[in-house]
Amino acid sequence: MVSHSVALPMICFTTLWGLVGVVAPFLVPKGPNRGVIVTSLILTAVCCYLFWLVAFLAQTNPLFGPQLKNETIWYLRYFWE
Amino acid sequence: MVFRSEEMCLAQLFLQSGSEYDCISELGELGLVEFRDLNPSVSSFQRRFVSEIKRCEEMERILGYLLREIQKANIAVPEEDESPLAPPPRQVLEIMEQLQRLEMELSEVAKNKEKLRRNLLELTEYTHMLKITRTFIHSRSRHEALGPQYEEFPTMETDSVSGCTGMQRLGAKLGFVSGLIQRVKVEAFERMLWRVCKGYTILSYAEVDENLADLDTGEISKSVVFLISFWGDQIGQKVQKICDCYHCHLYPHPENDEERADVLDSLRTRIQDLNNVLHRTEEYLRQVLQKASESAYTWVVQVKKMKAIYHILNLCSFDVTNKCLIAEVWCPVSDLANLRGALEEGSRKGDATVPSFVNRIPSNDTPPTLLRTNKFTSGFQSIVEAYGVGDYREVSPAPYTIITFPFLFAVMFGDLGHGMVISLFALWMVLTEKKQNKKRSSNEIWTTFFNGRYIILMMGLFSVYTGLVYNDCFSKSLNIFGSGWSVKAMFTNQNKTLQTNALLTLDPNFSGVFSGPYPFGIDPIWNMAVNRLSFLNSYKMKMSVVIGVVHMSFGVVLSVFNHLHFRQKFNVFLLFLPELLFLLCLFGYLVFMIFYKWLAFGARDSSQAPSILIHFINMFVMQGKDITPLYPGQMGLQIFLVIIAMLSVPVLLLGKPLYLYWLYRGGKGLRRRRGYERVRRVSEDDNSTAPSYEDDEEEGVDEVTNREFDFADVLLHQSIHTIEYCLGCISNTASYLRLWALSLAHARKFSTNNQFTLSFLCSNATLC
Repeated sequence: MVSHSVALPMICFTTLWGLVGVVAPFLVPKGPNRGVIVTSLILTAVCCYLFWLVAFLAQTNPLFGPQLKNETIWYLRYFWE
Repeated sequence: MVFRSEEMCLAQLFLQSGSEYDCISELGELGLVEFRDLNPSVSSFQRRFVSEIKRCEEMERILGYLLREIQKANIAVPEEDESPLAPPPRQVLEIMEQLQRLEMELSEVAKNKEKLRRNLLELTEYTHMLKITRTFIHSRSRHEALGPQYEEFPTMETDSVSGCTGMQRLGAKLGFVSGLIQRVKVEAFERMLWRVCKGYTILSYAEVDENLADLDTGEISKSVVFLISFWGDQIGQKVQKICDCYHCHLYPHPENDEERADVLDSLRTRIQDLNNVLHRTEEYLRQVLQKASESAYTWVVQVKKMKAIYHILNLCSFDVTNKCLIAEVWCPVSDLANLRGALEEGSRKGDATVPSFVNRIPSNDTPPTLLRTNKFTSGFQSIVEAYGVGDYREVSPAPYTIITFPFLFAVMFGDLGHGMVISLFALWMVLTEKKQNKKRSSNEIWTTFFNGRYIILMMGLFSVYTGLVYNDCFSKSLNIFGSGWSVKAMFTNQNKTLQTNALLTLDPNFSGVFSGPYPFGIDPIWNMAVNRLSFLNSYKMKMSVVIGVVHMSFGVVLSVFNHLHFRQKFNVFLLFLPELLFLLCLFGYLVFMIFYKWLAFGARDSSQAPSILIHFINMFVMQGKDITPLYPGQMGLQIFLVIIAMLSVPVLLLGKPLYLYWLYRGGKGLRRRRGYERVRRVSEDDNSTAPSYEDDEEEGVDEVTNREFDFADVLLHQSIHTIEYCLGCISNTASYLRLWALSLAHARKFSTNNQFTLSFLCSNATLC
């Protein structure tokens, strides 16, 4: 199957949410709602990044693999690869 | 929405006598201030403006009656976008007069209509009665038995009525009583007649085809026309009494056919006339109501505003010497300029000689909490307020709720397809806002959804994201990047292994089977795996604990801002620090173990991978020499953390009360300050709002309180807080597992739904 690296998604998403949470607050125009928007951006970045990180790290070192039915295995062998 | 509630000040308004109504009207339109009641000891019946309020209530009564009548006539009341201003007092009398006139007209017309309809009903009944009794008489004359409908008196001949002369020969006069009775009462009526009159009466009855409305009760019921023939006066009286008892409508029975025909004719013309008059009355009524409905809405709003203004005026105190009204209000400091502007406007409108003005005064009372919201944040603010309103100038949790509430919902909901559906629905509600607002639907469920449209939109958007991470779209997975698990690498013995085993497991220990974590979300192969839940349960439970501990730490950290703002720096060391240490040493360490296990243990040492839960439990009982440690030095570190957590509990429990007691006793033990120092209450419930111009910022040099310092009270309060906090830590962390539970339930429900739907569709397809 496709070989996935660990470092690339890590860098990608860290920078993405870093942009949203750290850089974007400086770009918000001044107005009555600035405080709310900045708070929302930071919180969104933290929550979404954390959520993705947990899902990613839980899969980096799997202790066991998926148990598949033999029909599924046959299908995967010939259609996915 | 702001970080903390706004700064408020107490102000005194001096309202000139002539223009106070207009000033209050202006203030009301702006919605700036909160009035305090300056006459608390006065009952509501003794206040100054009681008569005006009574007048407003009278007008409200009339308006209520008017609106009910308008609704009964099915006329729509047009509502305008802008609400009208409260009318000035001189206009009030005009409105009052108009309303009273309308009321009188309406009630008169309604009364007349009632009378006419009653009349019409009587005439209609009379007509029916005449027609039906005609058939009785004529059929009787044909010597036909009418079946069981009337009882035969054995000795009386069933002659026609014209043969009543035969009866007269007997010396008794044959009498007739005819009328209408309700269908349901007929059998009882018949029985009663038979029993009382012992068969000296003959009753014939037949049902009326038309349904007549009974005006007293308003119901439409079937009526029956009856004709009782009897002879003898006494029987006659008994029959009358029975008829009265059963609420029959009696009508005079004509002697012969010609009379009957005459009466029928006259009745017909009368009915026609009545119908005309009734028709015209209804038209007139409708016209009146139509005209009234045009201004009904305006009046309702105006009367409401007037009543509110007089209520507020009742709260003010009347200063006789200066001929002005004094009001005390809480006003946000930032809005003082607007307040002054409103007063000037009001004075101008009221043509006052001396303008009203405002004066700010210092106060020791706790001001009310004001948090300004717009249409987006008001939904979240109301959710937060359902738990309680914060104290004055406390940090408001509402801005964070905008994100965390939908996010936690989405963690539990976690489906891409359903999330998109919800987002689209909410987006539609948001885009058609203005139209929906005008419609003012009365359906409660719809109003609830509509008021929470922004909340639902956020929940939907986050659900799309979590659905992508859970890789769940209508409970199917998307394979965007290609799975990291390869079947080919384990596929050595091909068909034989496949045929002999129904289930086979991919082992990550083999090279090539697992080639890296799926970059975004859960690998799609898990959707097809039989042991899917083993993996997902472990992942989701750990995720719930991680999110829970992070969320709780965030909440504890927010309290620092409160401590710093209220100048209680000692709270940072005596409350915040022990709380944070307790939380992080125990549950923060658990989170650390979760991440460590993920990173340090792989497929190679999967057999030795320890269970985190067992390690966690062993930490508390300080055992665990037998099981292999997660990392070197684990035992020592764990003992250290447990000791810190244990120590922080007594600090949390006793630190603050002892410190406050020590302060009460005189600060550093040497200095005693009494007298001219400004007194400040150090109990944590009240916080002085007066501008604090303290000279000493040092922590230990707080002023001595004049008040009683109740050590027992503070200690009790603090011990409750400690117990609540510690137990809360443990139970709330566990309760975050609901994030796992509900996301599991959602996935299961929709996968079974899919099965049902698919099988249902398939069975239908095969039928066709």
